[in-house]
Amino acid sequence: MPETLLYAIEVMTNGLMAGVLYALVALGFVLIYKASGIFNYAQGVMALFSALTLVGIMDGQVPFAHLINAVFGTDLHHFGWTLPALLSIILTMGVMVLLAWAVQRFIFRHLVNQEPIILFMATIGLAYFMEGFGDMMWGSDIKKLDVGLPQGMNSWIDETTFNALGYGFFIDNLDIVAAVVATVLVGVLVAFSQYTKQGRAMRAVADDHQAALSVGISLNFIWIMVWSVAGFVALVAGVMWGAKSGVQFSLSLIALKALPVLMLGGFTSIPGAIVGGLIIGVGEKLFEFFVGPMIGGATENWFAYVLALIFLVFRPQGLFGEKIIERV
Amino acid sequence: MLYREAGDFKTSYVADGQTFPIWFDRMRYYAVLAIAFGVIPFFVNDYYANAVLLPFLIYSIAAIGLNILVGYCGQVSLGTGAFMAVGAYAVYKLMTAFPEVNLFFHVLLAGGITAFVGVMFGLPSLRIKGFYLAVATLAAQFFLVWLFNRVPWFYNYSASGQISAPDRTVFGMLVSGPNAEAWAKYMFCLVFTVGVAFLARNLTRGMQGRQWMAIRDMDIAAEIIGVNPLRAKLMAFAVSSFFIGIAGALFFAVYLGAVEVGEVFGINKSFLVLFMIIIGGLGSIFGSFAGAAFLVLLPVLLKNVLVGGLGWPTDLAAHVEFMIVGLLIIVFLIAEPHGLAQLWRVAKEKLRLWPFPH
Repeated sequence: MPETLLYAIEVMTNGLMAGVLYALVALGFVLIYKASGIFNYAQGVMALFSALTLVGIMDGQVPFAHLINAVFGTDLHHFGWTLPALLSIILTMGVMVLLAWAVQRFIFRHLVNQEPIILFMATIGLAYFMEGFGDMMWGSDIKKLDVGLPQGMNSWIDETTFNALGYGFFIDNLDIVAAVVATVLVGVLVAFSQYTKQGRAMRAVADDHQAALSVGISLNFIWIMVWSVAGFVALVAGVMWGAKSGVQFSLSLIALKALPVLMLGGFTSIPGAIVGGLIIGVGEKLFEFFVGPMIGGATENWFAYVLALIFLVFRPQGLFGEKIIERV
Repeated sequence: MLYREAGDFKTSYVADGQTFPIWFDRMRYYAVLAIAFGVIPFFVNDYYANAVLLPFLIYSIAAIGLNILVGYCGQVSLGTGAFMAVGAYAVYKLMTAFPEVNLFFHVLLAGGITAFVGVMFGLPSLRIKGFYLAVATLAAQFFLVWLFNRVPWFYNYSASGQISAPDRTVFGMLVSGPNAEAWAKYMFCLVFTVGVAFLARNLTRGMQGRQWMAIRDMDIAAEIIGVNPLRAKLMAFAVSSFFIGIAGALFFAVYLGAVEVGEVFGINKSFLVLFMIIIGGLGSIFGSFAGAAFLVLLPVLLKNVLVGGLGWPTDLAAHVEFMIVGLLIIVFLIAEPHGLAQLWRVAKEKLRLWPFPH
């Protein structure tokens, strides 16, 4: 096979892996949107916050050390312990549940029945708040996240493909792990929403708030639960991205990567988020590979958006979204 | 309150159609204008002009522009930063290509070019609505910033990829470039701000503004009563982008002087202007000014108090600023969705009736 074609296939495979990560972030959006009609812009910042918290707990950082030092003139930075990864993840999950409760209690309880666009703007405010809060709590320097995931090139794939095709494919181990984790996560989420009592209640709420209320489902509880689940998804996404490129501010920008995925796949569909993520991942890598050099490169920043924009003009509800019916 | 009207005694159409129907309000408006034009230029120094006055005036223009689109026409846009960049690069190309033409016309032309680009990116608004549209405008944000970064023609092939404003004079006074005096820059921006506010106020209370509000409140119903949604929405995009383009042109040519596009006109700029109109008040010209003033003054105040007063490190102050801005957005959306402008309106109503409760 010609070299370019093989190279293109390699680019495509890497695009698929990146697409899985986009889909992972997009999932968090879909969950919250389906259950509460809130389009949560803060999902990316939640991923950043969870990753920061995870690193902070693992390394035994003192929260708000910077603030305390500035106010009281002390010199705190670490408690001096290192916790195992699993325990830290569980503790971080606790923090995310607490966050879910606070968000529900202090923000969205007061915004019930507001227009969706107002809720959207509130989540932008939340994103700003959490960005400042996370940085203040754990410091804004770039941190390394190491929870023991394999990294670097997968040599087995490299060797096998080299022997078979005469060209070794470069695929990062971490991407493979991410793909597996994302698949498992989707499976767990589907099972949760299909077969458990809480999952069914969640779907009932997504279907019709008032009907769900009338059969005795607590909206408050379901919303806290949904935000917690979204927090969990954010944590997984944060761990994956954090392990890939360090825990830093740019992690929150993955939300911006997930938005075109959602537009393409439809805001209300879990399969849509996955398929959309894959399309965007592959599309932007291939576009960068074939067209990018001709027009100056770094097209990844906008390609997804322009693709989604063009797509939306023809199909405003996305690939799998519910048809938008307007009534006067 | 200093005044109380005792009924509706208008006897002519002129009196009925006035922007400020109450004599006291009208005089206050003239007084503000007189101070802005006749007093401040004589006292302004470099620090106040650069830290407070210029950003306030320029952001007010941008906020008025965005308010027309979001507050009056109901089309949420997150592409403000990119449209400001279009204005900045347009004025830069015009300034370098036609140095003999007055900067005033360049700025207006830059606004016109931005209006055209705005209409292009506004076209999808006919098909997609709500936050689908908000996300779609992000396409403009990322694509345009990338374009200005990557195509050397836009920055005249300069080595650094930056654009910097050459010296230009208006009425013999230097207004752009590093040697311009504070008061000249201030006056130049002030003329635009007053002009834009005047135009916006009169547009929004006329037929065009009512069409926009009809579209905002319910687009299908508006269509049924005879508003052409294509025309109204694209008009909103055009007018809004025109103002935002002027703001971008002034931001570059007069205020900053040199610009690196990704840094200055990134997505954070879009959010900043959006926050201004949320805090100031959606659908209010006064609110645009109030929001711009608030978000320009807040960082200055925080910096003076936290860094200057308490001696905190600057990065900590920056985090606190993020938290406060985010918190304020949420608080305003919960407690007063119509922003500072509504608070002002309510205070006026209460004072007018005081001491009677009803």
